[in-house]
Amino acid sequence: MSVNIKLEFLGGLDVIFNSERYHKVTVPSTNASTPLILRDLIKYIVDNMIKDPKDIEVFIENDTIRPGILTLINDTDWELEGEEEYVLESGDVISFTSTLHGG
Amino acid sequence: MSSDITLEQLKERLAALELENTQLKSELSSNSSNTKPAESSNTQTFEPSTSLTLEEYTRYGRQLTVSQFQSIPGQLSLKNSKILVIGAGGLGCPALLYLTGAGVGKIGIVDDDVVDISNVHRQVLHDTTRVGWFKAESAEWYLRRLNPNVDIQTYCYRLDPLNAFDIFQEYDLILDCTDSPHSRYLINDVACLTGKTIVSGSGVRTEGQLSILNFRNSGPCYRCFYPSPPPPNSVTSCKDGGVIGPVIGLVGVMMALEAIKVLTGWYTEETFKPFLGLYSGYDGLSQSWKCFKMRGKKKECIACGDASNEGKLTRELIQSGAIDYEVWCGVINYNVLKESERITAGQYADILGKFKEDGHVLLDVRPKEHFSIVHLPHSTSLPLDKLRRISDKAQLPFDTDKPVYTICRYGNDSQYATRYLNDTFGFDAKDVKGGLYKWSMDVDDKFPTY
Ligand SMILES: [Zn+2]
Repeated sequence: MSVNIKLEFLGGLDVIFNSERYHKVTVPSTNASTPLILRDLIKYIVDNMIKDPKDIEVFIENDTIRPGILTLINDTDWELEGEEEYVLESGDVISFTSTLHGG
Repeated sequence: MSSDITLEQLKERLAALELENTQLKSELSSNSSNTKPAESSNTQTFEPSTSLTLEEYTRYGRQLTVSQFQSIPGQLSLKNSKILVIGAGGLGCPALLYLTGAGVGKIGIVDDDVVDISNVHRQVLHDTTRVGWFKAESAEWYLRRLNPNVDIQTYCYRLDPLNAFDIFQEYDLILDCTDSPHSRYLINDVACLTGKTIVSGSGVRTEGQLSILNFRNSGPCYRCFYPSPPPPNSVTSCKDGGVIGPVIGLVGVMMALEAIKVLTGWYTEETFKPFLGLYSGYDGLSQSWKCFKMRGKKKECIACGDASNEGKLTRELIQSGAIDYEVWCGVINYNVLKESERITAGQYADILGKFKEDGHVLLDVRPKEHFSIVHLPHSTSLPLDKLRRISDKAQLPFDTDKPVYTICRYGNDSQYATRYLNDTFGFDAKDVKGGLYKWSMDVDDKFPTY
């Protein structure tokens, strides 16, 4: 089954997504018997939403979200929710925010 | 009856004058002894107070009556606290303003930078007349007038692995108001090893972040959140990315409030929940504040985790210089060109005279927001990130038969642009050393710098 997800790209990450902070996406299921997990969503974002291949390295490093970007599942750190194994549900809000350093 | 009131007022006035007298004396005696590390421990010993002066009742009356502040015990907690603010810039200034106003007993300020006119739009303790002063001393100048009850100590040098431990040990709470990952990791590591809580803020452009780290040694630290540093090219400073004054100012003010909450015991080990706050000044047509629930302390963390962890940091390890924080965070190396690929601003002026404006191409590789502020009239805008996306020579938006020169703000990005042009397309491009800044300094003093 496909899931409807609200995506947020914060902390300046929107630059690689048409300068839009908020996106609504429907992630199609790949296999009817296995539920969609966060890893599938990340692959969906890379394959469908990042227009310029050179922007992938802004988002991904060593096949996962690059250091300096926090991933939040419904406003909670993904570490508390199973990281890439988290099972997506329709209505989830997934946020990505890059760390700010200036002061 | 009216004579009684007058007597009380007189007593109050007398107490205030006595206080001022003491403050002025101590200001005079510590006047020249507040800049060197060796002398920083010579300040008067800090005796815990058990009462407030009459002047303090009046001065702090408006916060004393707010129930969450916890009345006299709350004020005494502030009065008996020592906090260290690292960075007297966009975050540090507003944080210092409110914490000095609120009556924290002792405040240390670490900053080796001097006030620049481009700072004062957001660094609200400094002003036009104090350009060129050490930021720590400019801040002190203002804060002493704001609240003479507060003992201010300045450190006009850079925090480093050698001096950090001795400085931290004199304080109860650290405010990280710095602007680079390597300072944030150093502050984190030393705070974990000396058992200090950190109130941490940051911001750039229109957004800011806020957190409390290593809360009473039981909350997560910066390394628990970020075990490895971000790639250096993903780090944007306020100088490069720009920043809206009130955005960074709000984060600094929020840091002051979190510091007050930590110092007055609003949070306990039982009630504290790790968080990361994110403020956005331009969220569509609105402003927004999100507060994310964050992971707890990680056992395997090399800064705050188990002592038996492989690679566990120690004071000895850090002080030995074994960790080069700047190298570890990959401070960008800008020396990517051979000397023959570079010209000075003066040499470029000669080239402009010889080839004329249409006999060569000058690529301005700054972001378009920078180009629109000011540029040389004959230059072509081609931001570095846009240039790097072009791999087909036919797509280059300029006449590729003419000699090519590159320029940027300070001569950093122009080196990368030249390297890319020469390696990808076999050009013989050259960059202008020191960029438009040197152009303004050496060739055309009417050309604005920003
Ligand atoms: Zn940690």
